Amino acid sequence: MGHDTLTTVGDPAEPAGDRLARPLPAWLGRPGPTSWHRLNPLTKLTIAVVTSIQAVLLGGIVGPSMVLLLAVVLPAVRTGVGRQVIRTSLLLALPLAISASLVNLFFLPDAPTTLFELGPFRATEEGARFALEIVIRVVAIAGALTLFYITTRTSDLVVDLERRGMSPRLTFVVGSAVTMVPQMVDRASAIAAAQRARGLDTEGSPWRRMRGVLPLVGPTIMGALNEVEERTLALEARGFTRPGRRTLLWSPSDPAYERLVRWSLVLTIPVVVIVRAGGWGLP
Amino acid sequence: MIHLEGVGYRYAGAPRPSVLGLDLELRDGEVVGVVGAAEAGKTTLCLLVAGLAPRAIRGELRGTVRIDDEDVGPWPMHRLAEVVGSMSQDPSRQLSGVNGSVFEEVCFGPMNLGMPRAEIVDRAWWALDALRITDLAERDPARLSGGQMQLVALAGLLAIRPRHLVLDEPTAQLDPAGTRLVGDALQRLASDGASILIAEQKTDLLARIADRVVVLDEGRIAMEGLTDTVLADPSIETLGIPLPLMVVLRRAVADAGIDARVLDVVET
Ligand SMILES: Nc1ncnc2c1ncn2[C@@H]1O[C@H](COP(=O)(O)OP(=O)(O)O)[C@@H](O)[C@H]1O
Ligand SMILES: [Mg+2]
Repeated sequence: MGHDTLTTVGDPAEPAGDRLARPLPAWLGRPGPTSWHRLNPLTKLTIAVVTSIQAVLLGGIVGPSMVLLLAVVLPAVRTGVGRQVIRTSLLLALPLAISASLVNLFFLPDAPTTLFELGPFRATEEGARFALEIVIRVVAIAGALTLFYITTRTSDLVVDLERRGMSPRLTFVVGSAVTMVPQMVDRASAIAAAQRARGLDTEGSPWRRMRGVLPLVGPTIMGALNEVEERTLALEARGFTRPGRRTLLWSPSDPAYERLVRWSLVLTIPVVVIVRAGGWGLP
Repeated sequence: MIHLEGVGYRYAGAPRPSVLGLDLELRDGEVVGVVGAAEAGKTTLCLLVAGLAPRAIRGELRGTVRIDDEDVGPWPMHRLAEVVGSMSQDPSRQLSGVNGSVFEEVCFGPMNLGMPRAEIVDRAWWALDALRITDLAERDPARLSGGQMQLVALAGLLAIRPRHLVLDEPTAQLDPAGTRLVGDALQRLASDGASILIAEQKTDLLARIADRVVVLDEGRIAMEGLTDTVLADPSIETLGIPLPLMVVLRRAVADAGIDARVLDVVET
């Protein structure tokens, strides 16, 4: 450090050399509870992203359903986070899924087969099928991301990305964004309570709720941005802007076969693109 | 030693300087308190000494800041961060927000500075010990009390082993229990010979830990001297600074015509 001879704040009583060097805490970077948790964070991220892409690329109902089953439901259940993943991803997916299915069920243009009629509206079989396709895709994507989120510690992801050479600033942004999700949910509900206290509706019919939620978006996002900005002072005060590599205390393991898994998964994307372009596909 | 010579600072876009003509010496091993009404310039002074102004907050700097006779003007922030550790009043914003445990949070500064791993770990344990928060090591920093967060932030600074600490109202947003927690820790650091610049409206805390007190008024130094002298000066009340409890008591006792020695019991 260059100024060892000078007094530093709260100098330790004895020089560092005389003390037994203390180890890293054993719990730091402790492997996760299941073999799925213990996968390298990048592997889990690759699985989530490839699952999402394939859910869209595969088309039809059977393909995305299989992806949903194999890459989301099965691992989630085996990992013991099934309920959590299903609940959260349905919560995430429902608004989009419901509106998309209603629109398609009743308003798919030129659909010949009528299922039933509801006043002036005509539900069609083609519309129902299309709606189902969309719902499965949306649920698969929401499920894949939720499974990743629930089974990956932020610190594991951040450390792993940085070890791979991603810039500390970028990893910091990724890390902040990921940690911010639950914080933003907390904040949104706090703001919602405040708005309700001021007479804004966040309960009741969907339309009234929409109108109640809109005023929350601004404060929530602004609050989060403000916080990042004010944090930069604290970061600079702790040397975060120093150029060059930071020291990392530990990093998640990354066995060779996981790299193979990642590349294989990524390769399924061009394969499916080619197959689909050739006109093949599951129903 | 940190030396401010004729230092003035105007924030970018501000019509006039926020502090002006500051001459100040912060000697090694000395605790200097800064008091003053709201907007008097306490935070600006702290940012200047820490080097965050103008490096992280844009503005126009007049005069020079020296550390051990070297003008630190050209120093980049990360170099200053090794010598001057600074924190502000908002507990949650002192923390990086990306570390899952207090231990990692305390390691954050030394990691940024690229220190060897074994040394970082050693320093982190030492800093946690010094503030008596070793038992928090595994906790999630975001789920601590305000007082605990401030101690973790302080530990994060200590782990860098800066020669000076700059603390901007470290207890301002804390409840009485948190204030006591942080105050006691600061008192221990002070008696161990730390060099601290601390802006603080709670003059009772300053009375306990500061060697000298600087009074700011509208961006200028209005008064400066030994803690007991300055904090007993009746004129500081007119500058919007609350008097320490002991000073108030002493005055009340004198007004009532009671022998001042009754207070010796209170003081001990
Ligand atoms: N970022 C800023 N930009 C412009 N003016 C500022 C900024 N921060 C503080 N000031 C102004 O500088 C003066 C001193 O403020 P500050 O140093 O925060 O005082 P204190 O900490 O004693 O309350 C005030 O008039 C304030 O309005
Ligand atoms: Mg202030």
